[in-house]
Amino acid sequence: MSRRVRLALFACAGPGLLAVLLLGLHGLPAFGDFHGVYGLLVDRIEPHVRHATDIVTGLNFDLRAFDTLGEEFILFASVSGVALLLRHLRDEDDEIERSRSLAEHRFAGASDSLRLMSLILIPLLVSLGVYLVLHGALTPGGGFQAGVVLAAGPLAILLAGRYLALKRVAPEWALEAVDSAGAAAYTLIGLGGLIFAGVYLKNFLPLGTSGHLLSAGMMPLNSIAVGLEVTGAFLLTWTEFLDQDVIVAREEL
Amino acid sequence: MSFAPYAAAAWLFVIGLYGVVSSQNLVRTVLNLSVVQSATYLVLLGVGYRHGAKAPIVADIPTNSRLVDPVTQVLVLTDIVIEATVIALLLALVVQAHNRFGSVDPADLRALRH
Amino acid sequence: MTHISSLPVVIPFLVAPLLVAFGTRAPRWLEDTAAMIVASSVLVICLLLAVRAGSRPFAYWMGGWRPEHGVAIGISLSIDPVGAGAAAFAALMVLAALTYSLRYFDAVGGLFHALMLLFGAGMVGFCLTGDLFDLVVFFELMSAVAYALTAYRIEERAPIQGAINFAITNSIGGYAMFVAVAMLYARTGALNMAQIGAALDGHHADPLVIVAMVLLLLGFLTKAAAVPLHFWLADAHAVAPVPVCVLFSGVMVELGIYAVARVYWTMFAQTLAPHVDPLRAILVAIGVVTGLLGALMCVLQRHIKRLLAFSTISHVGIFVCGVGLLSVKALAGVAVFIVGHGLVKAALFMVCGVLLHRFRTVDEYDLHGRGREVPVAGLIFLVGGVLLTAPPPFTQFQGKALLESASKDAGYWWLIVVFAVVSAATGGAVLRVAGRVFLGWGPSEGPDPQQARAAEERVDETRDERDHTPPLMLVVPAVLLALTAILGILPGAVPWAVRSAARFADHSAYAAWVLRGAAVSWPPVAPTHVEALDVIVGVLTVAGAVAVAGLGLFGRGLLARAPRSVRAQGRGAVLVLRGLHSGHIGDYIAWWTTGAGLLGGACLVALR
Repeated sequence: MSRRVRLALFACAGPGLLAVLLLGLHGLPAFGDFHGVYGLLVDRIEPHVRHATDIVTGLNFDLRAFDTLGEEFILFASVSGVALLLRHLRDEDDEIERSRSLAEHRFAGASDSLRLMSLILIPLLVSLGVYLVLHGALTPGGGFQAGVVLAAGPLAILLAGRYLALKRVAPEWALEAVDSAGAAAYTLIGLGGLIFAGVYLKNFLPLGTSGHLLSAGMMPLNSIAVGLEVTGAFLLTWTEFLDQDVIVAREEL
Repeated sequence: MSFAPYAAAAWLFVIGLYGVVSSQNLVRTVLNLSVVQSATYLVLLGVGYRHGAKAPIVADIPTNSRLVDPVTQVLVLTDIVIEATVIALLLALVVQAHNRFGSVDPADLRALRH
Repeated sequence: MTHISSLPVVIPFLVAPLLVAFGTRAPRWLEDTAAMIVASSVLVICLLLAVRAGSRPFAYWMGGWRPEHGVAIGISLSIDPVGAGAAAFAALMVLAALTYSLRYFDAVGGLFHALMLLFGAGMVGFCLTGDLFDLVVFFELMSAVAYALTAYRIEERAPIQGAINFAITNSIGGYAMFVAVAMLYARTGALNMAQIGAALDGHHADPLVIVAMVLLLLGFLTKAAAVPLHFWLADAHAVAPVPVCVLFSGVMVELGIYAVARVYWTMFAQTLAPHVDPLRAILVAIGVVTGLLGALMCVLQRHIKRLLAFSTISHVGIFVCGVGLLSVKALAGVAVFIVGHGLVKAALFMVCGVLLHRFRTVDEYDLHGRGREVPVAGLIFLVGGVLLTAPPPFTQFQGKALLESASKDAGYWWLIVVFAVVSAATGGAVLRVAGRVFLGWGPSEGPDPQQARAAEERVDETRDERDHTPPLMLVVPAVLLALTAILGILPGAVPWAVRSAARFADHSAYAAWVLRGAAVSWPPVAPTHVEALDVIVGVLTVAGAVAVAGLGLFGRGLLARAPRSVRAQGRGAVLVLRGLHSGHIGDYIAWWTTGAGLLGGACLVALR
């Protein structure tokens, strides 16, 4: 179909779909006054039954942990797909040789102040990430958010103009190992629930006291597993894309 | 006022679709996909909102405070993770499309005709 | 016994990361063995679950979170015979595809096995879950893995385009479902399907409920490739490796149909009960258009994988009609038909893989006569083509007979003609290919130089041309065809299917056994039998397929004698139709939007 026909078709269909959506959404309960019984029940359960003060994490890693399991593996599968797609056109052997000159060429412009700021950022990001992971069940945070922050830490090395150093700090095999370990760990923790408590993903560890670091049973463990996986996955994705830019773009030079 | 988030969501959904249909650059197509997805965030979060309520973290407030619905927050979290990963996969495909087809215009991808 | 409920999903989740992490270092035989063991164990466990659910359906609450005061707070696997049976079928197909890949691929990384296992886990979770959001999550898992698998052959250009089209179209379907979940959650405050159904019962279905259902249907029908949401399927099948196509056509697409039925019967059946007739009409209309369009495009193909893909689309049309009839008998018919169709389609794709493996091409005309070197493959392909027409008394025919009976009950007797036409057309196309490739019949030049462009795409999944086909690649499809023949005629198979379908459609009992763990009695089921008319139609369909094949092989002179205006119009229509399937994602999404608007509008108007 030509572009004009395509747009004309959409010009007829789009408003129709918009009308359908609006008519449906119109029936939603008044904004700001939601009475969903599921949420209200959960608000009462998580702090008292599971000693978790971050109710969202309580849902994510306990009540609806099975959804999180599926979600983790969506991440895992997609990142594996990215690695599959982008790794092909590179020769593993002389990659370092080629990238050496290119990296120095492309990123040599980082000024000293930028390098200094990056050096300060890295420990900040890593410690923030670790804090978020461990306090998942207590305060806002949890594995997913923390994983992204942790992944940003090594990425700051790139800002410092040291692409090769990034590759040495976060080599692909390590990232893949971390990614896989996180995914497998979450599954194993669930199995712990099956073996020790009779049901898959049942919280089988001591619940501790609300507000303390070691509380809410298996939730911190789940948080760590997810944090590991997300860190590995995001760093892997970013470095794969960067490799494309640095190494594969060599034809342009 | 009270229907605004939902109206915005419906608009985002359709305008994102328009972006996908009309785009002449695959990167833009993929980004329009995330526009469509943000419509889903809006609806989910809008549904769970309660006036005058706090975030569902009871570390420093009494446990029987009025809280925003936590379930929709979890749904959005899952939604975001799914989006991020599928967009990453799609962008990797777009990079490869550029490498193999020499173009990111959907009209230049002519390997599949029936 | 119910403790093993989580394992069909958990075992692949445990092994897949290991395969990815150690894939490059482990020898091929180790990866193959690990994958086979996992796939087999998943199949066995699903079968056990199906048997257990067959005597008494049960809900397995993840994390031990049982419902409080009748309100579901955890995620349940709501395991009934049809769900567990669908999961077992998915596991069987994964096992078959993995077995076939043992010899099909020369070299494959650990990633392939991991992705196949994850695909299986996603499908199994999708079938077993009783939670609406969990359903969406597993839908996305299935989809994400499918995108990666479609693009697996990165040495070629076409897979990239196919994967992009697939990913964008299916993602949009997924987003529609997210909005639907939000809407239903807002209305009912629940995510568990039984809970939502119980909350919607007794209330009038207002636009919110209708639009939520439409959005869910859009998502699942995109996966199922109903017209006009179907454009991605032929693209994806053309470029994905053969074992992956086996799974796509054999199971993944059919799970969209399963989900439509599941969602309707657990949540909307009661609230939409006053509107059954208009809803039936809408769904049947979608099915008929899909079936006929798919059949037409199928006959026009010369690329064998695309031909089989359009055949799948046309059968999806039949399945949508079946589910759309909204009756127990039709549901049972669709289930049986899906099993038969999946096995046959898988076998046909596997033979296609043999041709690819041997001759590096799947163009019907390029392969003219060359199939004589692999007579066993030809035999399998021929038998498969015949089985595709649903001849009596095999599995597909049993399903079709149930569907025909249900169509008559609902007053849609003319659907029998549609089913026959679709089966004859697609079976005929396959038989035509069998004749041309394996027997050397018919002209060796394509009728249309424009079509030759389609043949330019040389596919090469396995590198060089070969002179030897591993026997395993022929044994697996033969076994699948044998299963197709046997399963339908096993005594008790069809009654079991009808009884399970009745359990599936028992809306009021569903809430009881999911939320309260109650023991529920089997709903009454009228006995079914195959009528003489069904057999006659079946035989006529086979004859029709042979006629279609004959026309395709030898009928060029006959067609040339048609009046010029008819030929010109026909050629014009064909050109327009082919032009619509352009490979351009913008076109596909424009049609998606059209379909969405039409479905939404029709439902809002007709279901008030």
